[in-house]
Amino acid sequence: MPTHTFVLNGNQVSVDCADDLRLLWVLRDLLGVHGPKYGCGLDVCKACTCHINGKAFNPCSVPVSDIQPSDQITTIEGLAATVGQQLHAMQQAWLKYDVAQCGYCQPGQIMAAVALVNETSAEGRQITDADIDSLRNICRCGTYPRLREAIVEAAAHM
Amino acid sequence: MPDVEVAEARAVTNGISRRRFIGYLIAAPTLVAAADLRVASPARASVATVQPVDFYDLTDLLTDAANLTAGLITVAIHPDGTASFALPRAEVGQGLTTAVAMVIADELELPLDKVEITLSDARPELQFNQLTGGSNSMHVLYDQVRIAAATARGQLALTAARLLATPLPKLTLKNGVVAAPDGTSLSYGALASPAAVSRTQAVLAQLKPASQQTLVGTPQPRIDALEIVTGTKQFAMDLDVPGALPTMVCRPPTINGTALAVLNGAAVREMDGVTDVAIIPHTQFVPGGVAVRATTFGQCIDAVRALEVQWAPGDAAGKSDPDVLRDLVSAELPMTPALGQTLDQRFTFYFRPGDPLETNCAVADVRPDSAEIWSAMKSPIYFQETVAEMLGMPVSSVTAHVTQGGGSFGRHLFADAAFEAAAISKAMGKPVKLMWHRTDNFRQGRVHPMCTSRVRITYLANNVLTFDQRHTSVATDFTHGLGEILSATLGDVPEGDYLGYSQSVFTLTANVPYNFGSVTQLLNEVYHPPGSMFNTSSVRNIYSPEVTVAKELMVDQVAKAIGQDPYLLRRSFVRDSRMLAVLDAAAKAANWGRRMAPLTAQGIGIHHEYKGYAACVAEIDCTAQTVNREVENGYTGPRVTRVTYAVDVGLPINPLGLEAQMIGGIMDGIAQALTYSLHLHDGYFLEGSWDNAYYTREWNCPPHNPPTEGIQVIIMPPNQSEPGGAGEFGVAASMAAVANAYARATGTLPTSFPINHSQPLGFTPLPTVPPIPPSPTDGLQEAF
Repeated sequence: MPTHTFVLNGNQVSVDCADDLRLLWVLRDLLGVHGPKYGCGLDVCKACTCHINGKAFNPCSVPVSDIQPSDQITTIEGLAATVGQQLHAMQQAWLKYDVAQCGYCQPGQIMAAVALVNETSAEGRQITDADIDSLRNICRCGTYPRLREAIVEAAAHM
Repeated sequence: MPDVEVAEARAVTNGISRRRFIGYLIAAPTLVAAADLRVASPARASVATVQPVDFYDLTDLLTDAANLTAGLITVAIHPDGTASFALPRAEVGQGLTTAVAMVIADELELPLDKVEITLSDARPELQFNQLTGGSNSMHVLYDQVRIAAATARGQLALTAARLLATPLPKLTLKNGVVAAPDGTSLSYGALASPAAVSRTQAVLAQLKPASQQTLVGTPQPRIDALEIVTGTKQFAMDLDVPGALPTMVCRPPTINGTALAVLNGAAVREMDGVTDVAIIPHTQFVPGGVAVRATTFGQCIDAVRALEVQWAPGDAAGKSDPDVLRDLVSAELPMTPALGQTLDQRFTFYFRPGDPLETNCAVADVRPDSAEIWSAMKSPIYFQETVAEMLGMPVSSVTAHVTQGGGSFGRHLFADAAFEAAAISKAMGKPVKLMWHRTDNFRQGRVHPMCTSRVRITYLANNVLTFDQRHTSVATDFTHGLGEILSATLGDVPEGDYLGYSQSVFTLTANVPYNFGSVTQLLNEVYHPPGSMFNTSSVRNIYSPEVTVAKELMVDQVAKAIGQDPYLLRRSFVRDSRMLAVLDAAAKAANWGRRMAPLTAQGIGIHHEYKGYAACVAEIDCTAQTVNREVENGYTGPRVTRVTYAVDVGLPINPLGLEAQMIGGIMDGIAQALTYSLHLHDGYFLEGSWDNAYYTREWNCPPHNPPTEGIQVIIMPPNQSEPGGAGEFGVAASMAAVANAYARATGTLPTSFPINHSQPLGFTPLPTVPPIPPSPTDGLQEAF
């Protein structure tokens, strides 16, 4: 069984598993990291959104062999540490607007929102409604309106 | 309980203040208290045959049934100064744990973060007091938990009076401390053991008057918000149950098919990580197929896809949308004869998913003589009793743990995954962590039934003389135990007459909130459970969204026919002042009647249920530029740009949570009116992913651009002593408002829903064999 190694939330980790095992199951079933949720396994619902080297991606659709030893994988559990805080500005905004309902999609929503704000900042512009329209993460509880407010709020503090 | 205590309670509740109730101090090492609400219930139930909702509705029925065992749910005080309450309900995002914690903290004079709410395991002795449904939980629990908490507070004060040698009236209770005027004090923690009783006893409980409540009615964030945003909130699939390996099921190509034989079982057992393969027969309780258990879910997906299975088709084999529609139309009950000028229209509502974002899932560990099961269950007692029978063991040998649910929308009224996990664990002789694939969740999971709703209105000059509605539906499955409540409470439903149950629910919820002369609303259903060819359940708001959309569209047609503004017409016909108030509030805040550009319009919808009143104004943009905007693999279409929703629930417990529920209901209303459905084709549903089943996405949600675009929820001030329901109350009025806005913007009355259902299919259906698609491998290319 091949060994795969990468940096998970700041720590180097290694797992023995088949090359084509999707990273989501490496995280959830082999490493016990449960923040990223299963919602479809089709790269559609985005509930499992994490970061690879700061960019949002969906581990349900990435074979573990695509991950390099130097790649930095960040799950919701490691998000705050990337900014050296107890909570990331996006998480704080989520609390301020009490965005979550059941909470199942919210780790993925937060991870996607952080990447979106970083992307627009890198382009030297403020986030717009049209940018938020591009987020594909499903929230079946329908928290979208508060989520929109929280993203704009967080963007001002990132 | 001895009879004398019942008699005493009756005297108290009939005689003195509404705020004085009987509570119980329960024999325990520390202080434990409960409520007695048995007296109020039979009095109302005695007149509760089938009556219009004005006198007795579904909320009353569920409340009366639940209150019979109020004395068995308890608030406990602990030596660390906290209070705890094992909530006999599910938490699926509706915010019940937060609202209940607020009520307990308020009544106990304890900080909110000192109240710990857990979800109770199934407790059969609670009978009807552990069913989460009908948006009834807060309505019924409000009295139960306040009385229990007030009983505990009274005992804390009495005990402190004794220990501090201070007369009771001179003590003050605040922030978990009882203080005497001389500066001495005792914390609740210190009082927890001295206040305990060795013999259970009835005492008078004095509730705080509303004017002294400090938390009830104030906006409070969810008590689990921090766990959610840090990813530590635990759902069923996050539990670490020893030996419970990932398990999935290879499902049939048609609804409710059954596995006859596995043609390559030995080869699949040899696959990487696979430990077990087992045929799980389809039954009334277990969806079934061929189960595989492996080290990871990724390996389960591979194994499911590799299985070659011989299937027997389900009863729906060969059926498509037009076949069901034909059966519905022929089952429609006759209208009363028309008088005068008539408006008559039938509306069609297609099947709709009941999918939460967390797919059906459960953990089960079934041993030869005991079983332990974890799942987000809304009817855990029914599950525990039924699964015990299924497993051939006494009810007391089965432990049913209720986990936090990742949404529900009616899906968790049935414990399909829990039954299935138990069957698989038994068949394999090992613990299993069962998770449904999303594609199966859409194709084999429970759905909102397809239905038609025909409305006939007769009018003369400016007056409506008659209103008839004939609602004809694929049967809604109520066999999860609501049926027991109905038969036990109404006493007139013959066992096994599921048509009788659904008639009762329909009669206890359907209503026409207008003075429309002679009114009839009747239900007829086809394909009855158990053993129906379709898997249905009470999806959020049950019959009401469709009944309300048909009704409200026709109210607009009346307005058009007699040349009146839709808002002013409703103003002149609504028959309740609380309804008039929400109608006016929504219209005013929405600036009803403002000038709108061509192909954009406002629409209005109102709804009465759950002891509350709601009015919604929606604005829609049906311009070509908007309708034709493109999103890859997404459906765009008309966009709702603004929604104003006024809601009166009598007594809002947590306005922040109530607003959240209305927002969620509005997102449902938008989806249900415009985009969200399942296409039945040749015995299966074509939709297999969230990119096929078009629930509201960000690009369908109104932009946040106040005051011209976005969502505004107006919560009416408290005007009742008890809360109504909230969890489902945002759906019907918003769906109706969107439908009416669409009709006004396009000049075309929509008659089938969702409006895009009959357009060419916007996606390529996934194959049915193998039943689930492979996970993509190009995820890194999508990174942003």
